[in-house]
Amino acid sequence: MSKMHLKLTVNGQAVETLAEPRELLIHVLRERLDITGPHIGCETSHCGACTVDMDGKSVKACTVFAAQAQGAEITTVEGLAGPDGMHVLQQMFREHHGLQCGYCTPGMITRAWRLLQETPRPTEEEVRHGMAGNLCRCTGYQNIVKAILAASDAMAAQKEAAE
Amino acid sequence: MIPPAFDYHRPADLPAAVALLSEHGEDARLIAGGHSLIPMMKLRMTAFGHLIDLQGVAALRGIEVGATVRIGAMTTQHEILTHAGLAEAAPILAEAARQIADPQVRYMGTLGGNVANGDPGNDMPGLMQCLDATYHLAGPDGERTVAARAFYEAAYVTARAEDEILTAVSFARPAGGGAYEKQKRKIGDYATAAAAVQIAMEGGRVTAASVAMTNLSDVPVWSEAAGAALVGSACDEEAVAAAVAAMLADIDPASDNRGPVEFKRHVAGVILRRAIARAADRAEGGQA
Repeated sequence: MSKMHLKLTVNGQAVETLAEPRELLIHVLRERLDITGPHIGCETSHCGACTVDMDGKSVKACTVFAAQAQGAEITTVEGLAGPDGMHVLQQMFREHHGLQCGYCTPGMITRAWRLLQETPRPTEEEVRHGMAGNLCRCTGYQNIVKAILAASDAMAAQKEAAE
Repeated sequence: MIPPAFDYHRPADLPAAVALLSEHGEDARLIAGGHSLIPMMKLRMTAFGHLIDLQGVAALRGIEVGATVRIGAMTTQHEILTHAGLAEAAPILAEAARQIADPQVRYMGTLGGNVANGDPGNDMPGLMQCLDATYHLAGPDGERTVAARAFYEAAYVTARAEDEILTAVSFARPAGGGAYEKQKRKIGDYATAAAAVQIAMEGGRVTAASVAMTNLSDVPVWSEAAGAALVGSACDEEAVAAAVAAMLADIDPASDNRGPVEFKRHVAGVILRRAIARAADRAEGGQA
């Protein structure tokens, strides 16, 4: 089967690569584009370590064919930090110890980033429901939930200060 | 986990999609969200030469709410969850969608894929039995409709012909109150048992009731007798017990890693009782 010219926008940059249609988006990102923030955990659509943002949706990049992503806008954890340093979600994961081994963290933060855009002031229950597609085998989730709620508070305060 | 190779097609409209499907016949598969198909391909449980991606077909998207509700096949579970008009007209849809898989899967997974692939574990087929929905199919000879209650023949075997595409699902705006109740082992699992119930009441009496069950047979089960057992009653213990007994006579669960048959039958009864109680409560409160 022949390769296709795959055109994507990844973290704001237009990129082009050759890939077989059957390649999984996570393999294209990691192996062809050297974007290794999103991890491969279970590779069976369960764990969420490979979560990236595709056209405004959180998706598991292990369950999207390269061909399906043709023309898509992708954001990975690498795209979240700004010129002033880490994204507030990243800061809060550090401050609240929202990780131990760190393997699930890029997926967690990328998913939480979309969640907070859709629901800027979530309840704890909404955070837990919204993060249900991301598994962490270290922390028991308490600090992950705390970090996301703290990021929500910090983002609201930032917004208020800007207004 | 590298799936078998295929040629990829992304038709821009429905006639082009139907033509591709006719051209490649059994060597082609349709992909909507892909969250059932891609895992099967990774496991090499299915392989074919041509993959036809429906994401570019705009006519398959959208939710229309009137006396009839019509939902395009490529509408995602996430869109169902967040559609204000649908939440008002048929809140049972969002209640069911909320219990499917996890957020990432719901952004990709579609209503059409969920009802068309014939997996007895999928939730929407059972709900569509309850709502007496109509499935819209397009093929080389034009369009036709099939009642959801006549669509499922066996696990993964449906009334959809190889050269047809399921384009939309429609149903009359449900009256009264509804509930979708699901028991599962963990987030992302299919149901051990799930129940869809829609009840209409007047003056404290049930005037209409529909009951359907998920993952308790090789097809979704609409239990006409369970609904009939509730009609005319006040949804009292006697009527509910009769409805549960009628439902248990209609299901045929198999033993698997979700439990033995006896356990599944027990859970089915518990789940149906909860669904009836919630649906009746909403019917009396005037909320759909």
